[in-house]
Amino acid sequence: MRLSYPPEVKIIQVPCTGRVDIIHLLNAVDDGADGVYVAGCLEGECHYRTGNLRTRKKVEYVKKVLKEIGIEPERVEMYNLSSAQGQRFAEIAHEMVERIKGLGPSPVRSDKAA
Amino acid sequence: MIVADRKSLEEILTMVEEKKKILIVGCKGCVTVCNVGGSKEVEILASAIGIARKKSGSAIEIDQTIIERQCDTEYVDQLQESVMKYDAVISMACGVGPQFLSEAYPDQKFYPAVNTTFYGGAVAHGVWEERCAGCGTCVIHHYDGLCPVARCAKSLLHGPCGGSSQGICEVSKETACIWDTIVLKKMEQGRLEDLLVVKDPKDWRTARDGGPRRSIREELAD
Repeated sequence: MRLSYPPEVKIIQVPCTGRVDIIHLLNAVDDGADGVYVAGCLEGECHYRTGNLRTRKKVEYVKKVLKEIGIEPERVEMYNLSSAQGQRFAEIAHEMVERIKGLGPSPVRSDKAA
Repeated sequence: MIVADRKSLEEILTMVEEKKKILIVGCKGCVTVCNVGGSKEVEILASAIGIARKKSGSAIEIDQTIIERQCDTEYVDQLQESVMKYDAVISMACGVGPQFLSEAYPDQKFYPAVNTTFYGGAVAHGVWEERCAGCGTCVIHHYDGLCPVARCAKSLLHGPCGGSSQGICEVSKETACIWDTIVLKKMEQGRLEDLLVVKDPKDWRTARDGGPRRSIREELAD
C-alpha cells in the first residue's frame, strides 16, 4: 500500500504521544508553524494506558492559550488512529492541510507567506 | 503547601504591555509542586507571551530562570547580576516571591503571574484542596484531624450551621460540610461525646485578626 500525504506535513516521531508536551506545541507555533497536530493511538489502546488521553488534554490547553491570544485554536488538533490505519493517516494529513490552508498563514510568522 | 493559580494570559500581557525585555522567574518551592510556577510553567508562559507579542507585531525579548525559593533572601540574591537588565520581571512564585524580590531590588518592577489561593494539598492528580487557614492556634486534634477553621465556610467550632444538607455545604454543591464529616467520624469512632465539651473562645489574635505575623526562633536568630 503506497499512500501519499501532503508534503507540507513534517513528521516528528515520538515513542508515545504522552511524550508530547504543551511547550512542544507552543514552540511549534512560536517558531512559525501554521498548524500542528498530534496523531495518537486510539483511545483505550495506549500501550502506556493514558499517554494519548493526557496529551488530548494538553492539546486542549494549547487551544485555550491560542484562543486567549486571538489565534484560531483549530490550528492545533489531536487525532486518534491505530498504526494499522495508513489510509486514515493520509486522510488526516489532507484534512489538516486543507484546514490550515483555509485559515491562511499563521499570524505569528514573520514572512506571513502562505 | 501554598497553592496558587496562574493569572489569565490577558492580565499578564497587560502588565508587560509596554515592556521590550522581561525576565520570568520561577520558584522551585510550592508553586512547582502545584504545577503553576515551576520551570515547565515558566517555559509555557514565556512561549505564550512571545507568541502573543509576535502576533501583535511588538516582539518582546524574554529570559527565563528559576530559583530554589523566592521566599529566602539567599536565593533571591542570586538574581543580583541579572535583574536590572530587564524592563520588568514577572514572578511565578506565590505572593511572597514578588515581595521578597521587590524588597531586594527596589529599583526594579516585579509583577505577579499567579494568584495565591490557599494552604492545601493534592487530593487527586491536578486537583488541590484547602486544608489549613494558618490561624496560628491549631485545634484540629479536637476534631479528629479535620479543620473546621479552614474547611467550614463560617469557621464554626461548635457544630454545623443550618446550611448543611445531606453532607453538603450551602455555599457550593462541590463543598462537603466538614461538620457533617466530623460528626460522622466521631460517631464511627464512638467519641461523639467529645463534641459536648464546651471550648473556650478561640484566640483569633494569632490569626490575621492580629495583623501581619512574625515568627522568631530564638535559637536561630542573630
